[in-house]
Amino acid sequence: MTRDALMDYDTAIELFEPVLGFEVHVELNTATKMFCGCANAFGSRPNENTCPTCLGLPGGLPQVNRKAVESSIRLGLALGCDIAESSRFARKNYFYPDTSKNFQTSQYDEPIAHDGEVTVELANGRHVTILIERAHMEEDAGKLTHSGATGRIQGADYSLVDYNRGGVPLVEIVTKIIEGVDGDAGEVGRAYVAHIRELVKALGVSNARMEEGNVRCDANVSLRPRGSTVLGTRTETKNVNSLRSVERAVRYEIQRQAAILHAGGTILQETRHWHEDTGTTSSGRPKSDADDYRYFPEPDLVPVAPSRKWVEELRATLPEPPSERRARLREAWGFTALEFQDVVNGDLLDAVEATVAEGASPAAARKWWTGEITRIANARGVAAPTLISPRHVSELVALVDSGDLTDRLARQVLEGVIDGEGSPSEVVEARGLRVVSDDGALVAAIDAALGAQPDVLQKIRDGKVQAAGAVIGAVMKAMKGQADAARVRELILERAAQ
Amino acid sequence: MSDLTRLGAAELADRLAASEISSEEATRAHLERIAAADRDVHAFLHVASERAIETARAVDALRSSGESLGPLAGVPIAIKDVLCTHDMPSTSGSRILEGWVPPYDATVVRRLREAHLIPLGKTNMDEFAMGSSTEHSAFGPTRNPWDLERTPGGSGGGSAAAVAAFEAPLALGSDTGGSIRQPAALTGTVGVKPTYGGVSRYGAIALASSLDQVGPVSRSILDAALLHDVIAGHDPLDSTSIPDVWPSMADAARVGQRDDALRGLRIGVVKEIAGGGDGFQPGVRQRFDETVQLLGAAGAEIVEVSAPSFEYAVAAYYLILPAEASSNLARFDSVRFGLRVPPESGPVTVERVMAATRDAGFGAEVKRRIILGTYALSAGYYDAYYGSAQKVRTLIQRDFQAAFSQAHVLISPAAPTTAFGLGEKVDDPLAMYLNDLTTIPANLAGVPGLALPMGLAPEDGLPVGLQLMAPAREDARLYTVGAAVERLLEGEWGHRLLSRAPRLAQTEMFANEEGAV
Repeated sequence: MTRDALMDYDTAIELFEPVLGFEVHVELNTATKMFCGCANAFGSRPNENTCPTCLGLPGGLPQVNRKAVESSIRLGLALGCDIAESSRFARKNYFYPDTSKNFQTSQYDEPIAHDGEVTVELANGRHVTILIERAHMEEDAGKLTHSGATGRIQGADYSLVDYNRGGVPLVEIVTKIIEGVDGDAGEVGRAYVAHIRELVKALGVSNARMEEGNVRCDANVSLRPRGSTVLGTRTETKNVNSLRSVERAVRYEIQRQAAILHAGGTILQETRHWHEDTGTTSSGRPKSDADDYRYFPEPDLVPVAPSRKWVEELRATLPEPPSERRARLREAWGFTALEFQDVVNGDLLDAVEATVAEGASPAAARKWWTGEITRIANARGVAAPTLISPRHVSELVALVDSGDLTDRLARQVLEGVIDGEGSPSEVVEARGLRVVSDDGALVAAIDAALGAQPDVLQKIRDGKVQAAGAVIGAVMKAMKGQADAARVRELILERAAQ
Repeated sequence: MSDLTRLGAAELADRLAASEISSEEATRAHLERIAAADRDVHAFLHVASERAIETARAVDALRSSGESLGPLAGVPIAIKDVLCTHDMPSTSGSRILEGWVPPYDATVVRRLREAHLIPLGKTNMDEFAMGSSTEHSAFGPTRNPWDLERTPGGSGGGSAAAVAAFEAPLALGSDTGGSIRQPAALTGTVGVKPTYGGVSRYGAIALASSLDQVGPVSRSILDAALLHDVIAGHDPLDSTSIPDVWPSMADAARVGQRDDALRGLRIGVVKEIAGGGDGFQPGVRQRFDETVQLLGAAGAEIVEVSAPSFEYAVAAYYLILPAEASSNLARFDSVRFGLRVPPESGPVTVERVMAATRDAGFGAEVKRRIILGTYALSAGYYDAYYGSAQKVRTLIQRDFQAAFSQAHVLISPAAPTTAFGLGEKVDDPLAMYLNDLTTIPANLAGVPGLALPMGLAPEDGLPVGLQLMAPAREDARLYTVGAAVERLLEGEWGHRLLSRAPRLAQTEMFANEEGAV
């Protein structure tokens, strides 16, 4: 692969206006597939979740998954779209072995949702409104694994086909063209995909894990000379599967196309592959607007005509829009921008909110979730919310607040809870970790420590109060940490004053 | 013992219910008849002798244990090879599926088994049901029991011939443009295409999804109705299946057997397909006119109705069908099932294996229609071809609505000619296509159609079929009227038409080996 010449990004933006468009595929988390009763599950044995319909066997027929339609309508509504009174499936005909019937059942001229808009906020505070052309339902393809070094179908000795993913419900969200974003183009792409991901997660219609392909982005980029109103030739970079990659891929295509155009070349209308490792795109197959998929209405399915009543019922189930929710929670919790960003970036908004609902203070909930729990989660390679329930975190916070646990003891209790030893109170009991609040026991320990360091009392009396530190340390050690250091200090000072 | 194969399904069912005969006896009789006659007729692609006898014994055991069984329990049946059967190959008459045994049963097959009918085997058909003579079968033609040098029609020539040759009292067919009704007409049997959506298509290897419908083949209206009751009804696996609860077709047929069933009935003769146009054999026209007179004399009111758009039905059909078929047949690509043929030379890529397999596995008529359909759906042609054809379809539906506002049922000849000679039309696709001139409109509109014998043509002594059509969901009306017409005609003749068919080979031997015949 020859390395593309690139133009400096700022220069490219100076000379050309980027025009963007995104197609985001969202894999729905329905229990079964779009058109049959097979499980929609990730990680099963190859071809385990298949039947005559999704294997494309002779005689197989599709049946529309009502839950998938429901999810699609809710997503459409959340995107501000109109929900069609009647929408139809169509067949997109092309031969490729990952598509068992050699046509994809999709929607063409009658999508379930159309004409919406979303507004995203960039780091610089700029708000960008992106118009949604349509959101339509379709089925996913199976997965091909090509033998040989290239990992591509060209040059492979053989390819294995796994149809478990074939027929999994997808919603494809297509934007109208996005103009006037200039140098923010990459960030707009990233923010838009992040917005979609957050939205489908909040709706609960998708697992929204980009690394598992639940949300996949195709980025269309074209450039036109400053001042021109004619659209340039676009490329479509397929399957950009992380937020960071969306931004990088858009910027890369701008730089690559700018170099070609500036040198007097022309852009080839094509699909391009994104390479995460090198941060580059490479040529895929030529794509023209005349690609002929011979679409026609799917005769095996009747139109999907959701009643207005159903649509309104579904509208009533929509969650608070994520951006509004964030603003509300930040205000309510009184976090700084940085503190709040930690919670959001750690995907801990739900966890913190639930912990606060259980009675913990927002500050304590944030501290535990973004601190110790996240540290353990990272060490174990799992998501923090899977380790412990908000109720237990709240209980832990209460034990610290009441003085039953010190922070240090609380961390031990946390580990016990995470390791399945029970609730925080149970762990405290079982491990005997409660702070010793019996002054008699503390005084005995102090006396023992003073016996070993007889000059300390005099030093304190001479005004060298910091000398108490050595005794506090010895007492805490003797008490195995289960003492309140402040109380120990008080008792030592009382003794010195006698 | 009288020859059990001469009995109809209802008669067999009565004797089975009365324990006068066993299902095993009935099944063996038909297997013997197949062994004797099918070398001539070639109605079957596969005969499941052993399994049929096992199933029959099991049903006999159930009956003797006092189990309450359905009306057709123990009655043998032949199944068109377009239907998936988990225990028999299902080839749809194509080389590309030779030997393929599906991992599942079509819904209609499952219902047959649940109703304890006895599957005898799979019947021959034009490849993927594309044809009107069964000559396009990859496994050789079926011959007409009335004259072995003629075709039994198609695509369901195997099912019609099996029933006409007394190899089975019942059969299942599928009808996309006449594949049940036209063979019925050419073999002197009864065939019904139900209302679209009345019978599940799940497990029926698709030709044209918006036109295909599975239906019964038999020697009497009541027999067809009994089978219809078994296979019909909503199936959640077929999205186009109508969720209605249907009345009993058998009851409807029995109503038609009463004396006064035709009184007050308004019968519409569809001018455009009444036999006056080109391509209609004079004897067909003659028998039709006589039948119309007879019906009038029996108390029916005869009205002439016009359906001007029917003129364009064949043209529209030959755009819609190939378009849908081109897409439905895309799955035959060697990757998951069926034939796999590597290219003769050059690199072995998946595209080239697909191409070589499809080239070797599909016959000429299938290729012709795939090419037609691919072209009709192509960008720039879609509106002119597929789009226009769909508009014609709407016009035809309106013609039917108008006609049914004037008449309870519509009638026409079920086919423009009697059985034609083997090889006579196979190289002339247009002549072949015109054979379905009278049956195609019902498929385009989704309305039910029924074909029954109305006599022999004077010029060749071969059966002529009458077609009845009713509004969508009024299948019961077809059975009532059909039974009345049948009774009237047989009363005139003094016998069943099929009793005049040649006897063919006499039953000689018993074949109990499974395998293709």
